[in-house]
Amino acid sequence: MDWFAFLFFIEVTIGGLLSGVMYALVAIGFVLIYKTSGVLNFAQGAMVLFAALTFVSLTEQGLPFLAALAITAAVMALLGLTIERAVLRPLANRSPMTLFMATLGLAYVIEGAAQLIWGTAVHRLDLGISNEPFILGGIFISTFDLIAALIAGVMVAALTAFFRFTRTGLAFRAVADDQFAALAVGLRLDRIWAAVWTAAGVVALVAGLLWGARLGVQFALSLVVLKALPVLVLGGFDSVLGAIVAGLLIGATEKLAEVYIGPVFGGGIEGWFAYAVALIVLLVRPTGLFGQKLVERY
Amino acid sequence: MTFVADNPLATPLTRHLPLAAGLLLAFVAVPAFASDYVIEAILLPFLALSLAGLGLNLLTGYTGQVSLGSAAFMAVGAFAAFNLEHRIDWLPLPVSILLAGLTAAAVGLVFGLPSLRLRGFYLAVSTLAAQFFVQWALTKFGWFSNYSASGIISAPSLHVFGISLDGTAGRYLFALSTTALITLFVHRLVISPIGANLIAVRDNETAARVIGVPVLRTKLAVFALSSAIIGIAGAIWAFAYLRTVEPAGFNLDRSFQILFIVIIGGLATVRGAFLGAALIVIFPLLLSRFTGLAFDGVADAGVLKLIERIFFGAVIIAFLIAEPNGLSAILSRITRRFTR
Repeated sequence: MDWFAFLFFIEVTIGGLLSGVMYALVAIGFVLIYKTSGVLNFAQGAMVLFAALTFVSLTEQGLPFLAALAITAAVMALLGLTIERAVLRPLANRSPMTLFMATLGLAYVIEGAAQLIWGTAVHRLDLGISNEPFILGGIFISTFDLIAALIAGVMVAALTAFFRFTRTGLAFRAVADDQFAALAVGLRLDRIWAAVWTAAGVVALVAGLLWGARLGVQFALSLVVLKALPVLVLGGFDSVLGAIVAGLLIGATEKLAEVYIGPVFGGGIEGWFAYAVALIVLLVRPTGLFGQKLVERY
Repeated sequence: MTFVADNPLATPLTRHLPLAAGLLLAFVAVPAFASDYVIEAILLPFLALSLAGLGLNLLTGYTGQVSLGSAAFMAVGAFAAFNLEHRIDWLPLPVSILLAGLTAAAVGLVFGLPSLRLRGFYLAVSTLAAQFFVQWALTKFGWFSNYSASGIISAPSLHVFGISLDGTAGRYLFALSTTALITLFVHRLVISPIGANLIAVRDNETAARVIGVPVLRTKLAVFALSSAIIGIAGAIWAFAYLRTVEPAGFNLDRSFQILFIVIIGGLATVRGAFLGAALIVIFPLLLSRFTGLAFDGVADAGVLKLIERIFFGAVIIAFLIAEPNGLSAILSRITRRFTR
């Protein structure tokens, strides 16, 4: 491999790692909810779409950035509360699969409602982050992706600190560990679930803004869920760290495969390649890289 | 379960009377009296989706393995049937349909392999691999669609033993007889000891293994059988209903639609697939008819699609909360009230 080919390889890898962070960003929303309520929330992608559409429509009405951000966060919190009250509470104590299918229905409702309220047009979202790549030692790196990765990093650090050092975080972990025991020591399950769904809504907002700025705010945003699922499977549904590591791994292998293996098949393999990687790893480690052993006990 | 009620007074004749009447109606009265519109817009998609729902119900309802990749197997069935009909012209239609089912079964077997190691969500997500891989392969490799430039191919003309089935009634009878035969087979299967094995695997794998159910073999066999049925449903969808074969029609939304049919109709029931499919097919038609009357054509097709989406999402949630056993359980309650 000559020097330029090597540089190109590094460039592709870095680009892949950075887009992997974007996948992880969506995956973290899933992990939050799965950890505390055992629900695989398929509607996370729809929430990303809903948040981005609400934000972009508000700014198009002339609202300043921060005001739109605050209002959208409030709307996402309201959405989380509504979901807890209307869907989760009536389904308490039902099988995880039932809850999963309910979130499938929820995804349809949120996607439909978001587009019914705000329209189906594609919106441009400019966060004021430069799209110019900068050059480091002969390697092109996208500024936008780098800043997005930084934001994601800050969010993960904040979430980890929150889970580890605050009382609410402790309560979250207690619920994740054992719902009945948590109830027995007097934790309010309904409040905790509402808080978790609100937090997932805020994560969806951040993911929605960054993805929206990249792809344009449109229906396709809700399909980022399909990029996040293999990341989740690979990292384990209940691990924030797993989501990050798996996101990086899948982002990098996907980009490398696209560039080096894709041409053999005539391209377009990114739709399923991540799933293939996840499956191969799962055949060796059925609970993913960082998932708890014994996900379901029989 | 679909066990016939244990009524000692019920003779085989009275027990099977409603079924016989229904079949007579479907096979004789419908082709004779139903308008082309009813057959083309309602009955043909209804039959194909019912069959697909039936196949998925074997896997998800009876054996407890959630699959999000049903549409992929429909696509495999449709494309296999097309290629068999196109490349081997002496092959009779029923044989190509059967072989298409076998092809789908083989593909299903491959994508069922993860079920040996994975459970629950991990398995559900891994079935998405089938969805994306199959759709990609069918669009990427021109051989599958006979190098058609648009990727959309029209279905071949249908005939069995020299009789043409290209007319509306012919295609309807073709779809109906296939569906009826497979439904009978599935019904016999689920009331047999094998059906009990499936439910044992669903309810408790370890216990099933203890009482001697070959769990791994059962899972793989169900993946193959369910894929075969869904594949045949795909062939009917493409040949009898749409008259075109294209990968884009077998997307993730179609997979979810089939899963919704099973949930709405009733998990682990044979008739559930038919009830669920009826609702899924008829509701959009009612909705467009109703809004057409109410708003006089103001609501455009895009808005209708969104309303439809919200409705089906809400219906799924409502059923899961209020009636997890689906329309089938509601129907049981109604018939019990009338027969008492």
